[in-house]
Amino acid sequence: MWTGQDLVELPPIPFRATAIKGLTPYCQPALAQKTVRYVGEPIAVVFAESPYTAEDAADLVLAEIDEHEPYLDAPNEPALFGPGLSCEPTIIEKGYGNVDEVFAAADVFIELELNTGRHSAVPMETRGLLARYDSAREVLELHGAAKRPHWNRDQLADLFKLSPGSIELYENSIGGGFGVRGELYPEDLILCQAALTLKRPVKWIEDRREHLMATNHSREQTHRIRAAVDEMGRILALDETLFHDQGAYVRTHGARVADMTIGLLLGPYRVPAYRARAHYRLTNKTPAATYRAPGRFEGTFVRERMIEAIAERLSLDPMEVRRANLIGSAEMPFERGLSALETEVVLDSGDYAGLIEKALDFAGWAELRKQVDERRARGECVGLGFGLFVEKSGLGPSELVEMRVEMDGRVTVVTGASSLGQGMETAIAQICAETLGVDYRSVRVLHGDTNRIAYGFGAHASRVTVMTGEATRRASVAVRDKALDLAAELLQREVSELEIVDGTVRAGEDGPSITIGEIARHLHPASASRGDREPGLSSSAWFHSKHMNYPYGAHIAQVLIDKATGHVKVERYAIAYDVGRAVNPAMIEGQIVGGLAQGLGGALYEEFLYDEGGQPLSVTLADYKMVSATEMPPVDVLILEDAPSPLNPLGLKGAGEGGVNAAGAAIASAVDDALQRPGLVDRLPVTPQYLRRRLQAYDEARSGSTEASA
Amino acid sequence: MKPAPFVLHKPGTIAEAVAHLAQIGDDCLVLAGGQSLVPMMALRVAYPSDLVDINGIEALRGISVEGDKLVIGATVRHARFYDPVEPGPLGKLLSGVVSHIAHHPIRERGTFCGSLAHADPASEWCLVAVTLGAKLKLVSQNGERLVAADDFIDGAMSTTREPDELLMEARLPLLGGSARAGFYEFNRRAGDFAIGMALAAYDEVDGVMRNVRIGLGGIEDRAARNAAAEAVLEGKAPAEALFADAGRAAAGSVDPMEDATTSADYRRDLSSVCVERALAAAASATK
Repeated sequence: MWTGQDLVELPPIPFRATAIKGLTPYCQPALAQKTVRYVGEPIAVVFAESPYTAEDAADLVLAEIDEHEPYLDAPNEPALFGPGLSCEPTIIEKGYGNVDEVFAAADVFIELELNTGRHSAVPMETRGLLARYDSAREVLELHGAAKRPHWNRDQLADLFKLSPGSIELYENSIGGGFGVRGELYPEDLILCQAALTLKRPVKWIEDRREHLMATNHSREQTHRIRAAVDEMGRILALDETLFHDQGAYVRTHGARVADMTIGLLLGPYRVPAYRARAHYRLTNKTPAATYRAPGRFEGTFVRERMIEAIAERLSLDPMEVRRANLIGSAEMPFERGLSALETEVVLDSGDYAGLIEKALDFAGWAELRKQVDERRARGECVGLGFGLFVEKSGLGPSELVEMRVEMDGRVTVVTGASSLGQGMETAIAQICAETLGVDYRSVRVLHGDTNRIAYGFGAHASRVTVMTGEATRRASVAVRDKALDLAAELLQREVSELEIVDGTVRAGEDGPSITIGEIARHLHPASASRGDREPGLSSSAWFHSKHMNYPYGAHIAQVLIDKATGHVKVERYAIAYDVGRAVNPAMIEGQIVGGLAQGLGGALYEEFLYDEGGQPLSVTLADYKMVSATEMPPVDVLILEDAPSPLNPLGLKGAGEGGVNAAGAAIASAVDDALQRPGLVDRLPVTPQYLRRRLQAYDEARSGSTEASA
Repeated sequence: MKPAPFVLHKPGTIAEAVAHLAQIGDDCLVLAGGQSLVPMMALRVAYPSDLVDINGIEALRGISVEGDKLVIGATVRHARFYDPVEPGPLGKLLSGVVSHIAHHPIRERGTFCGSLAHADPASEWCLVAVTLGAKLKLVSQNGERLVAADDFIDGAMSTTREPDELLMEARLPLLGGSARAGFYEFNRRAGDFAIGMALAAYDEVDGVMRNVRIGLGGIEDRAARNAAAEAVLEGKAPAEALFADAGRAAAGSVDPMEDATTSADYRRDLSSVCVERALAAAASATK
């Protein structure tokens, strides 16, 4: 058994590059060192030959811990993290324009306080790791990697003072990561240390209870936002204050979620002046980080609540307020003057007004509105909601693809991106097949082994189809050129006369032909016909990108509310999403619908609750309520390709996060509509208890103000 | 998620089972369906030294009508109630209630009597047993005794079963031809524990309600009948407005649980909704 004392020498878990300074003292040690900051923090590790024995032994570990007052509410005055260290290591500020001046001159102000609840990803499989030190090869293997294997390898090499060439990380097939899987956690460090020290393979599988306390939480934010608007509902300035509940430690993402929340808050709207500050605060709860559409699920909720509040104040149709504030397609690319994920935010392309019309038509909004109004007139609490959003995708900086045609004509593509179960192998194979001229079933996409390729940037931030996709296209072009060059010589034709169809180079349908497998044979190092050409029908290609690109869409929800219990039933749902170029529409639809299940969780069901002492209350799947098949409404999905990205030749944008993004916004809007109380929903999730309490408070405030004005 | 060590006993007869219970005492628990007990052991919330697995005892598997009672053996699974177990209103009621218990795989294994012995305040079967006045047969080496369900359950997860006793069967009174019964449960997702639920039963005699029984589950720390609601209804003709009055009477008289995730006020309000809706279900139930 080890405790913190056994790992004093091991540095804490590092975070990825960030411009924000001063976070280092807040990083998490692999095992608690003297101070325990949250329930679920690893304080000791037991090694045994069976999980039964290990749990018996863990039962015998008793910790004597002096209790201090926990700090649980980030909007409260910051407490001390340690001697001389505030639990607010940084306040991130962003903005442009003279906000004070605009507010001083404006006639109409609106101020809202909005909250999003703490919840996170609960992938099908919990985390799991197997570490093994191979002393014959002097290599440390870590199986169970995901998301960022190469970055993790490099960090582990630093931590354990090994050469990156002496650590190998292996992915396994998994059914989802959603942001939380594949980061470096205390367990990753402990497993590696144990394999090195004990010289035996060490395995750990997280159980579900552990997962709900140990794996990254997300989303807990309080927003205080003010808008200055003109009488047409046009936003003149926004002034945003965010309190971000980071939990007990800074983990691998640093302050990225707080940073990008305010960096991407403005979505599709033109905001002439903007000022935001994010109070990044550590509390005594499970550490938080990214979860699918991080900062955007929250920000879209806040922004769309504000749009509807503006409409209510000025007695305008919310859709008109949206239209009045949209950035026009002619203004693209649109420089925000803000940064997020360490890149400048430049909206690359988009027809936001066009998307609203297409989304409303697709959902049959006018007809739905009529039906809903009729049902409401008959006494049903039924309503429609809308949420407009801009996503981001295709995060750089780089991706490398190595491609070779085997001598039987099959194609092998090696990438340093990883798979989280999203089906990226299929999309990459399709891009290769289409560019090169082969059947996509003959393309094998290899990933998941840091040994196989020198560099890789993983799977996150909806980046794989964009980054690996474009690198694949480039490598395919190079392979095609090489194949055609040799084929022209062998077939005695000009390159311009040749095409590659289904893996065969041919000069027209009836002309001479040769398969690319045969060409690969001719390019064998020992082949005489190779000439002076570089051996192998192969190539490698990089794609570098300084900017993200920005898909966008809309969510439409119809809900039925049981006023007596406060229960919200989602009756139907529609999502329209412009992804620039849809490589595989079926997979994109899967991404969107799956994302929606998580979005509805955050909007209605899922929340990590704590009691006053900081004890977590949501540690089983009976208490942490995920959306199941019975709660999912029928969902209609419209995939659009109206605004291809100018940042890559195929026009690709990512599709991983749009299904989650505006779910909270659309549900809040629909609940307001069903109960005919504008601005009712001011926090997520909209649980029955919250809704009942909020209704009462809302009606009391309204009747109070009516009496006052009468 | 791995249980602490325990000794498993697999008796073939009731006599052998109660002998184990008598010999081992407090740390010994009975394993029927195991759908609550086994997860509690895996979470190391329960640490029995011994388990007496009664699934091999033929005599506990039966379900039958004896006179005016439905007799349910200790290992009769929830799923047995999918199709009505008897042709009268009771069989139909139970067949409706069972669909609210957890999920299908759990219903295939969990048992009616196991739910009673576990005494979760949100157990549907506890509510049925208490509201309809079930008698429970307990057996030990000292003989048998019959206990009213209401006396058997004495709080959340707590019963008056002695450590050496085995709950061998539940005896549920049949509902007569003039009986109407309705059940309503509120939870957030299919298969969740009830946040609140109510069972309403009465005999409709000459257009008025007689022998009214209103029970609430999930609201108080144990399933219990609600005398205030029953008093509002007894002898009156069924009517929507009266059902709402009964709901309000229930809300005014319950002593709701308060926990970190659900407030007492919410449960109190919910008790009214549940009673009203259970009554509406009873009134609209076809005979």
